[in-house]
Amino acid sequence: MKNTVTFILSVVVPLVIITLILRDASRENKLLAELKEEYSQPHIPSVDHSKHEVLQRDFDNPHEITATCISCHTERGQELLNSFHFTWEREDFIEGRGVTYLGKRNLLNNFCTGIFSNEATCNRCHAGYGYSDKNFDFTNQYNVDCLVCHDNTGSYEKLRGGAGYPVPGQDFRTIVQNVGRPTKANCGYCHFHGGGGNNVKHGDLEEALLTASRQVDVHMGVDGANLECVDCHVTQNHVMKGRYYGVSSANTRRATCEQCHTAAPHLDNMLNTHVEKIACQTCHIPEYAKVNATKMFWDWSTAGELEDGRAFELYDEQGNPIYQSIKGDAAWQTNVIPEYFWFNGTADHFLLSDKVDTTEAFLRINTLFGDANDPESRIYPVKVHRGRQPYDPVYLTILQAKLWDREAGRGALWIDLDWERALVEGMKYLDRPYSGQWDFVDTEMYLPVNHMVSPASEALQCQDCHTRTNGRMQFVEGAYIPGKTTNAAVDSLGVLLIIMSFLGVITHAVIRYISHRKNKVVTSS
Amino acid sequence: MAKKEKVYIYKLYERFWHWTQAFLIFFLALTGFEVHGSFTFFGFENAVDLHNKAAWAFIILTIFTIFWHFTTGEWKQYLPTTENLKAQAQYYIFGIFRNAPHPTRKTILSKLNPLQRLVYLSLKILVFPVMIASGLAYMFYRYPSQGEILELGIGSLETIALLHTIGAYILIAFVIVHLYLITTGHTLTSNLKAMITGWEELETEEGETPVSQTIKDPVGEKIRENTPQITPDRYENKEEI
Ligand code: HEM
Repeated sequence: MKNTVTFILSVVVPLVIITLILRDASRENKLLAELKEEYSQPHIPSVDHSKHEVLQRDFDNPHEITATCISCHTERGQELLNSFHFTWEREDFIEGRGVTYLGKRNLLNNFCTGIFSNEATCNRCHAGYGYSDKNFDFTNQYNVDCLVCHDNTGSYEKLRGGAGYPVPGQDFRTIVQNVGRPTKANCGYCHFHGGGGNNVKHGDLEEALLTASRQVDVHMGVDGANLECVDCHVTQNHVMKGRYYGVSSANTRRATCEQCHTAAPHLDNMLNTHVEKIACQTCHIPEYAKVNATKMFWDWSTAGELEDGRAFELYDEQGNPIYQSIKGDAAWQTNVIPEYFWFNGTADHFLLSDKVDTTEAFLRINTLFGDANDPESRIYPVKVHRGRQPYDPVYLTILQAKLWDREAGRGALWIDLDWERALVEGMKYLDRPYSGQWDFVDTEMYLPVNHMVSPASEALQCQDCHTRTNGRMQFVEGAYIPGKTTNAAVDSLGVLLIIMSFLGVITHAVIRYISHRKNKVVTSS
Repeated sequence: MAKKEKVYIYKLYERFWHWTQAFLIFFLALTGFEVHGSFTFFGFENAVDLHNKAAWAFIILTIFTIFWHFTTGEWKQYLPTTENLKAQAQYYIFGIFRNAPHPTRKTILSKLNPLQRLVYLSLKILVFPVMIASGLAYMFYRYPSQGEILELGIGSLETIALLHTIGAYILIAFVIVHLYLITTGHTLTSNLKAMITGWEELETEEGETPVSQTIKDPVGEKIRENTPQITPDRYENKEEI
């Protein structure tokens, strides 16, 4: 008895002491508190534009508005001429291609496919006036649209099909007197509507962010930090941090979580070591399109069907168009679980001059570079947008259709619903070779997900990835993920070893028991 | 004629070490294989946390025990010998079924039979070091960052994890066999009792004292002094398998 007590004391007491020593001392997340304080300070503008004399007037020529802005902000016009929001093209170095000049001006995408011959409508979202075709003057500073970004009344409207010009007859006097730092509504005016409608393109950028709670977006939630886009997309001389890899290629000037949160933001060191290979977004954006649906699939090949000789549309229960004669089949989704890829911040893009490889299962509209062995790569959540686009089966190039026009009969697919003609017109506009034949190719486009960060309490948990089957990382290759990755040889040999040990022991015990009884019989007789 | 005497064979620290280690290995295996993805019990996150804590406890225990082995000279117990090795193996394979006597006599100076010496020694110099080294490497490499051990140039966590997992399987196999062999003492439970109380009835040669003078054991000495002499006739009637 005494021994047992001694034993328990000698075993249990030291263990308790060891556990107490090793227990995590709880710390407070100082940094987060500091950030909250810093960003809860309201932005106080240095100037009240309603007091400026030059703005006490009505305007009807938008170029004149720009000229008036530049009359005080003398250097900003030139600055804007070099801004990506205006140039829609940027010099980059792409692995395997060398120096490129790419941007919305000349790239394809997986949604409306490209701006070519459709400029007047697509370029409503250009931060300029009059970009209606390829002859637009990118060197005239009076072509810049200051208001789309700086109007703080929330009323400024650009005209549909107006090549970036505003709807005429707006109350420009009030608007110009209320310009200021861009708000979510300014950025969202274009960035929420990419792909031709709310949340179509990104899935994590949409109108709901103007009113959403912090459950939807912990940074922008109106009941949370209520941050503006430019709080993170820090801007100097109209150059802002942030990359959208549908058009960007370089791992520079990115807006990162680390800007504010540092590279070791967790109290738990185990989590901090994950930062090295796992992007913050991976755990902290468990799903996107949390309010309105986003378009996941766009099959152009079915466009052009008619019902009773007329274009028609079909909708799902939520009211999203799943078929449109002008656009083809579509699939929409809310609360989408991202797909995960290694990504090092550099990307490539499929160019109009690139050859379609028909042996591949699908064509990559853009390619996110990265793999497990690349020290720059981390695992990112990505929206994969799948589609089907027209290509030239003879020349093996992607084709561009003319989609839009002001008038019928000029070959615009969205009006005339004639693929043959739309492709001829589109390729003619581009002045690129076209064999006259067309077919469709499966495409994928990769959009890293960065917004709709959830509150920490909703971040992924260990077992979401560290699990044998159906984990978030199930298709991520190249990394040993404890709890997920196994080595079949080690496991089968290990289990075999254990089974053999058991069998050996049991066999031995049985023989021992039998021989013991036999020996007993011998002794007693 | 051999007679039996109750002797204090496992000292207090030795028993503390043994049982703590037993518990820790069991617990490390339980939490480790949960980390491995074999089953869910504590939940992955808790399993990792508990495994890491138990691992540190194991390391601390090991450091103390290495110290104990050297200060007491007990390390000599584990020096391998080929003497009787074959006989011992034959005993487990044949003799034990014929009620043959144990080929190796257990004394305080030599508590382990040659097979035990070999197996325990390999645990001490092979399996435990591999488990601790790979475990520490695992901790400081972890998965994503190569962390503080970047300099070691270990290509991937996979190497570390596989070594560690292989070691874990071997340890479990050891535990299974070990648990069984406990029952092969003089009686089914005499080994177990000895490891709990420290006392075991051992055979002694006429005129020989089972207590070694070379091993200093003041605590044991004291307990022995206060223990009544035991007469051999109590053991006439061997209850042995
Ligand atoms: C001092 C000794 C040990 C250390 C330092 C150690 C450390 C670790 C670490 C750091 C991990 C990774 C998961 C985690 O962070 O918790 C791990 C995994 C594991 N440990 Fe240990 N451990 C030790 C002993 C043991 C023992 C004795 C066993 C089993 C008998 C064991 C079985 C396992 C298993 C099966 C895994 C999962 C391996 C995998 O699937 O990747 N460990 N250990």
